[in-house]
Amino acid sequence: MSYKHIVPLLVIGLLLSACGGTAAPSAAPAATNAPAASSQIIVGLITKTDTNPFFVKMKEGAQGKATELGLKLMTGAGAKDGDNEGQVTALENMVNAGAKGILITPSDTKAIVPSIQKARDKGVLVIALDTATEPQSAVDALFATNNFNAGLLIGEWAKAFMGSKKPVIATLDLQPGITVGAQRHNGFLQGYGLVSSVDPNSSDLVTSAEVVCSQDTHGDQTEGQTAMENCLSKNPDINLVYTINEPAAFGAYQAIKAAGKDKDITIVSVDGGCRGVQGIVDGQIAATSQQYPLKMASMGVEALAKFAQTGAKPSGYTDTGVTLITDKPQAGVDSKDSTYGAANCWGTK
Amino acid sequence: MTAVVSKVTKRRSGVLDVLRGSSIMGPFAALVLAIIFFATQSDKFLTGANFSLIMQQVMVVGTLAIGQTLVILTGGIDLSNGMIMALSSVLMTGLAVNSGMNPILAIVVGILAGVAFGLLNGSLITAIGLPPFIVTLGTLNIVYALVRIYTTSTITNLPPAHLFFGNTFTIGGTEITYGSVLMLILYAIAWFVLRSTPAGRSVYAVGDNPEAARLAGINTNRVLLGVYTIAAVTYGIAGLLLVSRTGVGDPQAGQTGNLDSITAVVLGGTSLLGGRGQILGTLIGALIVGVFRNGLQLMGVESTYQVLITGILVILAVSVDYLSHRGK
Repeated sequence: MSYKHIVPLLVIGLLLSACGGTAAPSAAPAATNAPAASSQIIVGLITKTDTNPFFVKMKEGAQGKATELGLKLMTGAGAKDGDNEGQVTALENMVNAGAKGILITPSDTKAIVPSIQKARDKGVLVIALDTATEPQSAVDALFATNNFNAGLLIGEWAKAFMGSKKPVIATLDLQPGITVGAQRHNGFLQGYGLVSSVDPNSSDLVTSAEVVCSQDTHGDQTEGQTAMENCLSKNPDINLVYTINEPAAFGAYQAIKAAGKDKDITIVSVDGGCRGVQGIVDGQIAATSQQYPLKMASMGVEALAKFAQTGAKPSGYTDTGVTLITDKPQAGVDSKDSTYGAANCWGTK
Repeated sequence: MTAVVSKVTKRRSGVLDVLRGSSIMGPFAALVLAIIFFATQSDKFLTGANFSLIMQQVMVVGTLAIGQTLVILTGGIDLSNGMIMALSSVLMTGLAVNSGMNPILAIVVGILAGVAFGLLNGSLITAIGLPPFIVTLGTLNIVYALVRIYTTSTITNLPPAHLFFGNTFTIGGTEITYGSVLMLILYAIAWFVLRSTPAGRSVYAVGDNPEAARLAGINTNRVLLGVYTIAAVTYGIAGLLLVSRTGVGDPQAGQTGNLDSITAVVLGGTSLLGGRGQILGTLIGALIVGVFRNGLQLMGVESTYQVLITGILVILAVSVDYLSHRGK
């Protein structure tokens, strides 16, 4: 046996002992709370990615509640937004590990449904967080921001803020076929009064004559900047920009500032992350609808624990609330200022 | 000529010799070590049901990696394979569900559409002499766009034929997925063809030294064209397995399929320089990724660490390949 065979054995041995080392502390906090670790109830949380601060906060909320209740929390995520197969794999592994219940933020709202069904058929309680599945009834319950309302709030605020000025709107959207993106977009336009009686659960974007440019950003800052640059060259008169989330809003702001139009264009957004709230303070974003991922996750873990102990299942939709954050309050539109926003935000400040 | 022939005939040997004398030894030891390690960490790991699950989870990338191995053995690379798989899967589901085509026919058409792009890859590489990296980077983008032009919404309510390979049968109390059996059969076929047929040996010869292969009378262009086309057949079948596993036709799928399959190939000890490697190494490579992902998740390790460890394993595998190559 030459050295080339020994090298991998050594390194793999080291690697395995190293990952044994990292794994032990991560399981420890839950174990110390439960005397009988073998009979500990297992619950799972599957997020879209594990890099986005929104999901980091969500995981934090779930872990906190799980530790408090003495549950063992398993976590999993897709490799990137839209990675359905990664979520399916995590779901299967958790069911196999004996999880009683699983919280999931579906990356692909339709594609995940058959896999969720398989888990539910085995008696696992599945709750969707943040994003509804299509159909919503594919899960036992949904704990989420009402994204249509989140859109409505910034739409109503923008209408009051713009006053008699004629809106020339750019929308920086998520990507086709995803409910959240359509709900926020459609809510915004309905809140502004440009469209009426839109189906709040539709995954199709509505539009109106005032919307002169719509681009997909995948909620990404760089793509948001490119999209805004393109919109400005298409129509330099744009004076109001709706963005799917705050990274897209910051991207838009970069493009607008580079074009020297930052005094003429108002940006509204959804999320209420700490960076976004700072954007309100700095005057880059005018208003944003703040949502509460930590609350979604802790409520979700509570519901799973209740199911594991008593068999009681939650059902239907629970609104985890949304608050309009702006430092330019408008009469007739409820809002809180950026100080409140910063105290309740998620992500790093 | 004699050099080429003697080199490839040496490959005809028993199972033990295959393990001992080839690039497969390191990956195999890694897999066994990983299994032993995870078995000590979780009582859920070493069960028939869990192994069946791991097979089911690697069947898509594992099948995709068969084609990738063939391509890499010729010294090429295929960046388009994940998207070709996605195209096959949305077409076979879309045609059956939205256009009312006979389900079996729709599956065949979906796979053939993928094969057409394999043929295109092979033609551009042989006829114009473009580098495989560039050609498949181009088709990657073309096919990505075509998938989205065809549909942006997920196709559901699939007919039973599409779901067949996701179904299970029971042996000794363990549920086994038909799809993982299909994957193993495809590996067995590829293994047989590569080691026991002239066509298989010419794949190694072309990758080892195209000039020598040409002088030895091998039509290198025909070999390359054949490899890219046959590889695309495995991508199409991977598309069918993906559909049966997830129960939907998903236009978002396949975007990391190229790198995931290259990971499996490299972990399996196949050289990216071409000409050296074993198809069964790729199966082991895919299983290593699956075992780590499953085992770490059962232990409750965050998914970021699963990615970290995959990265370390890849660098390790390539280092071994490089060191052993230099040592000769």
